[in-house]
Amino acid sequence: MNSLSSELRASLAFVERNFNLARRYASWEIIFISWNVVHALTIGLIGVSMAGDDPDKVQKSVTFLIVGAVLWNFLRLLFFEVADAIAWERWEGTIEYTFMAPVHRLTHLAGQCIYAIVYGFLRSGIVLASSMVFFDLSFSAGNLVTAAVVLAASSLSFLGLGLMAAVFPLLSPEKGARATDIIGTLFLLISGVYYDVSVLPDWLRPLSTISPGTYALRSIRAALLDGASISHVSGDLWILLVTGTVMVPLGLWIFHIAEVYAKKTGRLKRSG
Amino acid sequence: MRSRDGERGPGLTGWLRGSVKAVLAVEGVSFEVPRREIFGILGPNGSGKSTLIRILSTLVLQDSGTCRIFGLDVNRDSMEVRRHINRVSVDAAFFKKLSAWENLSYAARLYSIPVREARVQVIGILGEMGFAQDRIDEPLENMSRGMQQKVAIARALFTSPVLLLMDEPTTGLDPVSKRQVQDYTLSVRNNNDATVLLTTHDMDEAQRVCDRIAIIHHGRFIAVGTVPELKVQAGCEGGTLEDVFFEMTGKDLAHADLETEEGGRIQ
Repeated sequence: MNSLSSELRASLAFVERNFNLARRYASWEIIFISWNVVHALTIGLIGVSMAGDDPDKVQKSVTFLIVGAVLWNFLRLLFFEVADAIAWERWEGTIEYTFMAPVHRLTHLAGQCIYAIVYGFLRSGIVLASSMVFFDLSFSAGNLVTAAVVLAASSLSFLGLGLMAAVFPLLSPEKGARATDIIGTLFLLISGVYYDVSVLPDWLRPLSTISPGTYALRSIRAALLDGASISHVSGDLWILLVTGTVMVPLGLWIFHIAEVYAKKTGRLKRSG
Repeated sequence: MRSRDGERGPGLTGWLRGSVKAVLAVEGVSFEVPRREIFGILGPNGSGKSTLIRILSTLVLQDSGTCRIFGLDVNRDSMEVRRHINRVSVDAAFFKKLSAWENLSYAARLYSIPVREARVQVIGILGEMGFAQDRIDEPLENMSRGMQQKVAIARALFTSPVLLLMDEPTTGLDPVSKRQVQDYTLSVRNNNDATVLLTTHDMDEAQRVCDRIAIIHHGRFIAVGTVPELKVQAGCEGGTLEDVFFEMTGKDLAHADLETEEGGRIQ
């Protein structure tokens, strides 16, 4: 029990440290959040311009796009906050100190995941609230319970993906962060964030089936726009749960293998 | 390393594969350090000092050989080893935007030290090194290199390590700061019962602080002993430690600085 509480305290060290960093980089945080808000509003306005004069159609179109923008903002933050955990330590030169601390890697990465979830909720919440005010959106007809369950299930998958992507900066200080960016961008393309995946070219569409984002976006849109119940989205929900259950341990295992490799080849060194 | 149960490792080997070539960084190094000793490792750049410290810090897995710290194998019992050691490296690696205290409270949580208790300890340690207490909440990026290095030393010491690994801790410090760090290293050994492994380029520092010194060259220990013993081994009884170093490595430190950390010469 003592050991568990000390591991929990250690995992909170990463949460506290990251919030301290966010506070110290406050001006950048303001810029990033402003960019996210403006981006979501711009996407919503494209929906307004494309939907014509029918108010219901406009409302549906804007809601479809804003849900995509906000959900992607959240899932993307989960992915990058976890994946960039190692890249950040590389930039600061602290990676060796973190890796020689008496903390299990599971505790370390769990701390990063907890921070990613809390930070993701805060930042995406601001984007959602701004969009709701700007477009006078309401989700009163939506099924918020279904949306919350799908969001939790899809979060697992993106945390698992983030853990896998964190391996790149661990192995390659120079190119690792760029590899993470490429993966994140690819998921944006194939997951149907701002469109239905049916519009993807035939050769690209099959890739959408491997993205947890595809199932998350489809189910949450069904919940918020059409009031779908959990049983209505159970197919997608199962896929997300199974994917998440596999991805998180798989991500941890891959990270462990990469850490051993990095230690055997001396890649933890600050200069890389 | 000498362990608490007196076991001796057969030697360490570390093939580090870089992007271009593999480098034999440490080879056939075998030594014991008794408790409360300050053991110095002298060597030119690229001689394997930092790799040795990294192996002991559980950050590099050696290809062969064993390494024990107080009876614990650094690879197999790495988590337990980490509870007993800490390290100060040549570069004060911190989150520079964070304050000294924010960095240290992060370390306190990682080492399961209550944060309030840690603050008292940290203020005491920093005070002994002449660090003004009112600057503890300032971002580290606003501090001089000497001040940052003192915070790095406080980070290593407030966890009460039984083995303190100091990798060129005074490089780049002004003479006053250098002397304060050296004095504090001695007091840690005397007051905290700690064992210290200190790598350095500084002959005066090695002579002043270390009980015994090993000279490492091309990844191998070429001599180990007290300063008088080293002088005898090098055949320069009337000379200085620097003379011993030149005699044994065949080069002076000014030329040694032309070497890269990986051990290859700059063309």
